[in-house]
Amino acid sequence: MSLAGYEIEVERTPGTGLSTEEMTLNMGPQHPSTHGVLRFVVKADGEVMIEAIPDVGYLHRSIEKIAEKVGYHGFMPYTDRVDYVAAMFCNHGWGMVCEKLAGIDVPKRGEYCRVIADEFNRIASHLLSVGTMTLDIGATTPFFHAIREREKINDLLEELCGARLTYNYMRIGGVAWDLPPGYAEKCLAFLDQYEPLIDEYNDLITGNKIYVERVADVAVISAEDAINYNLVGPNLRASGVDFDLRRDMPYSVYPELEFEVPVGRGEEGTVGDCFDRYIVRIREIKESIRILRQCFKQIPDGPVIAKVPRKFKPPAGDAHIRIESARGDMGWYAVSDGTEFPYRCHVRTGSFTAMSIIDKISRGLMLADLVAVIASLDIVAPEVDR
Amino acid sequence: MQSFLDSLIAQGYFAGVPTEVVYAGGMVVFGLIVVLGFILNVAGVTTFVERRVWARIHSRVGPNRVGPQGILQWLVDGIKLLMKEDIVPAEADPRLFRLAPYVVVMGFVTTFVVIPFSSALVIADMNVGVLYLTAVTALVVVGILMAGWASNNKWSLIGGIRSAAQIVSYEIPAGLSIFPIVLITGTLSFQSIIQQQGWAPHTWFVFHSPFTFVAFFILFTSALAEGNRTPFDLPEAESELVAGFVTEYSGARYLFFFLVEWGNLYVIGALVSALFLGGWQVPPVTDNLVVLNVLQFVTFFVKSYFWVLVSMWIRATLPRVRVDQLMTTCWKYLVPISFINLIGQAALMVALPHGSRLLQAAMTLLGAAILAYFFYRVVFHLRRARPELTFSPLS
Amino acid sequence: MDAAAIYERLKARFGDQVGDCHLQTLDPFIMVQPSTIEEVGRFLKSEPDLSFDCLTNESGVDGKAQGVIQIVYHLYSYRHRHGIVLKVETPRDYPVVRTVEHVWKGANWLEREIYDLLGVTFEGHVDLRRLLMPEDWVGYPLRKDFVEPEEYHGISTRRESLLK
Repeated sequence: MSLAGYEIEVERTPGTGLSTEEMTLNMGPQHPSTHGVLRFVVKADGEVMIEAIPDVGYLHRSIEKIAEKVGYHGFMPYTDRVDYVAAMFCNHGWGMVCEKLAGIDVPKRGEYCRVIADEFNRIASHLLSVGTMTLDIGATTPFFHAIREREKINDLLEELCGARLTYNYMRIGGVAWDLPPGYAEKCLAFLDQYEPLIDEYNDLITGNKIYVERVADVAVISAEDAINYNLVGPNLRASGVDFDLRRDMPYSVYPELEFEVPVGRGEEGTVGDCFDRYIVRIREIKESIRILRQCFKQIPDGPVIAKVPRKFKPPAGDAHIRIESARGDMGWYAVSDGTEFPYRCHVRTGSFTAMSIIDKISRGLMLADLVAVIASLDIVAPEVDR
Repeated sequence: MQSFLDSLIAQGYFAGVPTEVVYAGGMVVFGLIVVLGFILNVAGVTTFVERRVWARIHSRVGPNRVGPQGILQWLVDGIKLLMKEDIVPAEADPRLFRLAPYVVVMGFVTTFVVIPFSSALVIADMNVGVLYLTAVTALVVVGILMAGWASNNKWSLIGGIRSAAQIVSYEIPAGLSIFPIVLITGTLSFQSIIQQQGWAPHTWFVFHSPFTFVAFFILFTSALAEGNRTPFDLPEAESELVAGFVTEYSGARYLFFFLVEWGNLYVIGALVSALFLGGWQVPPVTDNLVVLNVLQFVTFFVKSYFWVLVSMWIRATLPRVRVDQLMTTCWKYLVPISFINLIGQAALMVALPHGSRLLQAAMTLLGAAILAYFFYRVVFHLRRARPELTFSPLS
Repeated sequence: MDAAAIYERLKARFGDQVGDCHLQTLDPFIMVQPSTIEEVGRFLKSEPDLSFDCLTNESGVDGKAQGVIQIVYHLYSYRHRHGIVLKVETPRDYPVVRTVEHVWKGANWLEREIYDLLGVTFEGHVDLRRLLMPEDWVGYPLRKDFVEPEEYHGISTRRESLLK
């Protein structure tokens, strides 16, 4: 890792003989608040940044090349690691793209199990995201509240599939195991207990003047910029674009579910600032709870997985699907050549595109704001590097 | 303390030794007792108390393994830090790097010279006590700047510069808020200021007039900012600068910096209690000097420590402000308000030279009303809260 | 609009520079020449009834057997809620494609990743350097004939088999 290409410019104030330099700082791969191993080379004039150049690749594990070696079925556990905070969506995405290639239909109960797992994971991921965002801004208490609720969700998901973080729950054609007996009651009890707490936790931090001053009007991303730079998910909705894959390009059983899509309204500042990105996530948690209740009411009986051959050989061709993950829409693209190993597998994640906009929006911000921006865009390193 | 030493000389203990030497020796001995017996222990226990108080606010438990209820945690942490390797970065300026913690500690410990623990227990009751205290706490700035610069680390440098700007800026509202008290009492000596208050709340200076009431809050806020406490803890903002100006310090030197941070909380509490809340004043229940002094010591300690707990509470609740917002708060809001405060108090003293009983009563009632409202809101939230709550801090 | 209608519009505007349209596949796609992809993109973005304002995904596929590298562009329009796929083929030993970064800013990093992992040069890109691999890496890892180097800066990449 070298600083080649990031030379320091010396600016001479005319007439005084004094020279001022920009400081080149390294917000290095090890840092308490960069949400994983990310590195920013920050050129700052004192506290105000001139440029923040991201340098990624510290977590590159060549997952896409591994897919070409392990085959369609064997790749499912690897997809968890593409985004370990919201692993169910990655599983679901890979399942969907393989099913599209081979034309497999997932049974209804399997789809409902997938959506239940997805939405729980969405709540957990958003909790972690807002918790760490408030922690980075300096308030320590909301983080503990968020983590405590997330622990309960992790316990529920562990009962479902045996793992707390990297689930490997879904298979091509459905899910691996059915819901355990008594699961619906436990989940509904948790939702009943948690739903009123969201407002209570919000009272502490969302209306807090210091917090609002830190995040409102910071790093405003307009709707055209958001679309141009391909921002997705809560980031896009916070900039005012009313688009959610679950409603506008529905997949799985979402057409049968009723929910609303929160869009940033610029309540405390401008539309598209960090506060909007934060509040959209909190509102999405409430919508996910609504979806979960409907799922548990509507889930039919039946098998949870379709019949898929052991040696899964989809016909040659390529397929592209988009799934609404916690961090935005994840685009899975798979090319098959008729064998049981994918010829090419590419995933474009929400954090990848969010990283590319940081250089543009960080001009003129202060160092403390860079932390708020990274946290509000909900960037996790494994998604960027894969 | 001076009278105590005088009585000893009169009893003939120090025959043949000049009085000044006796005074100096007495001060040194008492200072050592204060430093070793009081400061180190209070600062150390405060680290433990902070962790437990934080934990209860976060709905978790905190350290409770080492010793009964975890009481020995701070001792063990201190010993661990002392046993760590002493790392001096290769490119750092060795002399400044090594000197910085001592300068900071000096700036902190020397404030205890004027803090009155009770009517007889004070190392030196200077007649410029308040001025001395504000002057000496500024040494901390020098130490922090040295630490930030000598670490040869850009992040430490940013932390050090932020801290210097912050402490120097907030000296002004702090000083301006102390002046109304000086106007009322006409003296800068701590003991005199406390003696002019009484033990009953309505005689405290905080309720003396609306201007001192406002000055109390401004002083507390500015003192928090000077002590680098959240919401003003940018110099050591963990999530941005790793650890700010102490990033490169390890072991005993790190221990010194954090001793100063937590001990400073006590100094803030003591300052605020002495100037505004009646200090060590207790109702005259006994004539026995020793018992009286012990009562006064306990009262003063409780009052100061209460403000320590309030600082911890604020730290657990509020997020951090940004540098430009910090400066805006100081220069655009606190400084003008303190100026107006000072002038208002001066005008009030001209208009009502002997103070006003009515104002005192009104302010006391206001204070009581605010406290009652606060308790009402606490009870209201407790009734509305859904999770089960346990009240014992020991569980 | 569906893929056939979009193809008609493109054919009308660009004639020969737009290749065939494959409508029977799972995702219908249109072949485009590598040198004209930027103009095609700009046309697709600016036409009011097409208005493909978002480049959702851009992937590179190493077709070793055919001797080409394929770049696949997935476009989407938030205004009209329709999508289309464009494909570009460029010879494997001299892969040069016109960049679409000036049309859709999101292509900046996507093309850097393709350059990094597959070795395709994007003409006109403002900042074409390696993204995921270190700057001094040699080779293009996602290519089918990529052989991992024996060591990198003195760190060996070979390991004894654990099965012995």
